[in-house]
Amino acid sequence: MRRARDWWSNAWGRPRFLLLFTLLYLAWSILPILIAVRFSFNEGRSRSSTQGWSNRWYWGDPDLSVWHDPDLKNALFQSLQLAGIAILVTVPLGVALAIGLTRWRGRAATASRFTAMVPLVTPEIVMGVALLLVFVYVFSFIPLGTTAQAIGHITFSLSFVLVIVRGRLLAIGPEYEEAAQDLGASPLRSIRLALVPMLVPAIVASAIIVFAISMDDFVVSAYLSSGSSTDTVPVRIYSAGRTAPSPALNALASLTLGITIVIALLAFGLWRIVRSARGQRDSALADLAG
Amino acid sequence: MSEPPRVARRRTGFWAGLALPGVAWLCIFFLVPFYVILGVAFGTVDPIFGTPQPVWNPLDWDTQAFDFVFNSLFSSGGAFQAVFLRTLAYVSIAVVLSLAIAYPVAYYVARFGGRWKGLLLAGLIAPLFISYLMRMLAWINLLQDDGWVNRVLLWAHVLEEPRNWLDGRASSVILGMVYGYVPFMILPLYAFLDRIDRSVLEAARDLGASRFHAFRLVTLPLSVPAILAGCVIIALPMFGDYYTPDLLSGSPHTSLVGNQIDLYIRGGQQVPVGAALVVCLMLMLAVLMAYYLYVTARAERRLGR
Repeated sequence: MRRARDWWSNAWGRPRFLLLFTLLYLAWSILPILIAVRFSFNEGRSRSSTQGWSNRWYWGDPDLSVWHDPDLKNALFQSLQLAGIAILVTVPLGVALAIGLTRWRGRAATASRFTAMVPLVTPEIVMGVALLLVFVYVFSFIPLGTTAQAIGHITFSLSFVLVIVRGRLLAIGPEYEEAAQDLGASPLRSIRLALVPMLVPAIVASAIIVFAISMDDFVVSAYLSSGSSTDTVPVRIYSAGRTAPSPALNALASLTLGITIVIALLAFGLWRIVRSARGQRDSALADLAG
Repeated sequence: MSEPPRVARRRTGFWAGLALPGVAWLCIFFLVPFYVILGVAFGTVDPIFGTPQPVWNPLDWDTQAFDFVFNSLFSSGGAFQAVFLRTLAYVSIAVVLSLAIAYPVAYYVARFGGRWKGLLLAGLIAPLFISYLMRMLAWINLLQDDGWVNRVLLWAHVLEEPRNWLDGRASSVILGMVYGYVPFMILPLYAFLDRIDRSVLEAARDLGASRFHAFRLVTLPLSVPAILAGCVIIALPMFGDYYTPDLLSGSPHTSLVGNQIDLYIRGGQQVPVGAALVVCLMLMLAVLMAYYLYVTARAERRLGR
């Protein structure tokens, strides 16, 4: 008892109160998710009492499981499809934008840099309404649905790629590509041979972020959806969460979570390999935080 | 300086060309849609079909939708006035609670994480990779009538009978917002606190300050800009939130600005009113952002940077 009190009130070590606070926060932050995942494996219908373990809500049940309920299955594929399109288009577009905006000088460049930052401070609902109205009243040749949703995802994730890659570019400085050009490379070649290899960690980091925010997005996907066939996982959770909840919804959310974690870990591993091959030792957070 | 201007100009063109696709994308899919909001908000409604008719020329703009919004916003007891005040109250409470949670956690991990820092950081980052809606779903599970929250409270005799937490309670909605957004505040705070020069703190301790004094006189004033940035980062999405109240309450008594926008844009025949509400929300946020930029600029001047 005395030892415990001494340990607690030791003024020279780490502050115990803050340690306890941090651990409580982490528990509060993560336990609800683990409980939700646990109920996705429930044998019964309940989402509040544990009733054995089964794969019923994933594929076992012939009607209600994620694999057999077309709404749930479509939602998973729609989310993955949109995230895939978003990465494929946003990353190249964003890297070019970041390189261009970092090196380009002048009034038009300043205005463009400012415009490219505004999406970061725009609430999702403003962007959702803006895109919905533009597709209904102006670009009516683009129907609501997957195309419109993909355009929306690319638009809001572009600024994130810009911020991450630009942070790295400002740290690298213009010397390397200038040296390459002095040695006779054309501007495009100097970017490809000198700059892009140094940007790989930032490019990988921005691909993970684009994937994560695309999978997470609710408002833009919901506003630009053309019906249940183009609903994404978050839209499905929103529409069934209160009206028709079942452990299958937990299973759908858990699957999405699992896929995101696997992809983030793979990308993080790749990122570590690239980093150690180059002998760069900054923290991962430095790249993520720009 | 010694470079011939012709080469420099050609390079400028090259960089601008590289940025062009992205800039064009943002103009077409970000700036144009913003103008469309204005066109619809200042537009008219077809008298027969009830469909909105956007007006593109500012000289022909119709202020009917704004008259309706302002009427309800600035007359005492107006519906929109109550909604805006409620939104302001929920967001303020949620931001203050988030800060009370985020700062100690970020401070501990940044200063005292030691060899556990990597693991602790992973725990702090993990929620960012979990969909916001899934995290709300987790709380729907916990807060339902026979959920674990009621069970624990009944077991501890805090409650005598189960309480319906999902039936229009401000506390559930605010809890959901804090739970949903607090990770976004911890990370910028951590990134800043981790960068504070330890020698400044050592100097304070050498000059006789206790650990608490060193924190109050050195760390806390230095972190004011980071605190403000963290508050802005989570306040902006909170102001546009409508799914948290929908999922954790669903009652008109907890309706926020976002709910009203959603209702008018997707629900009925008064789309211009929804667009006008979006414009009002954006103006309010622009004022907040301007104030934030003013305060941070002043703080940086005071620190002599």
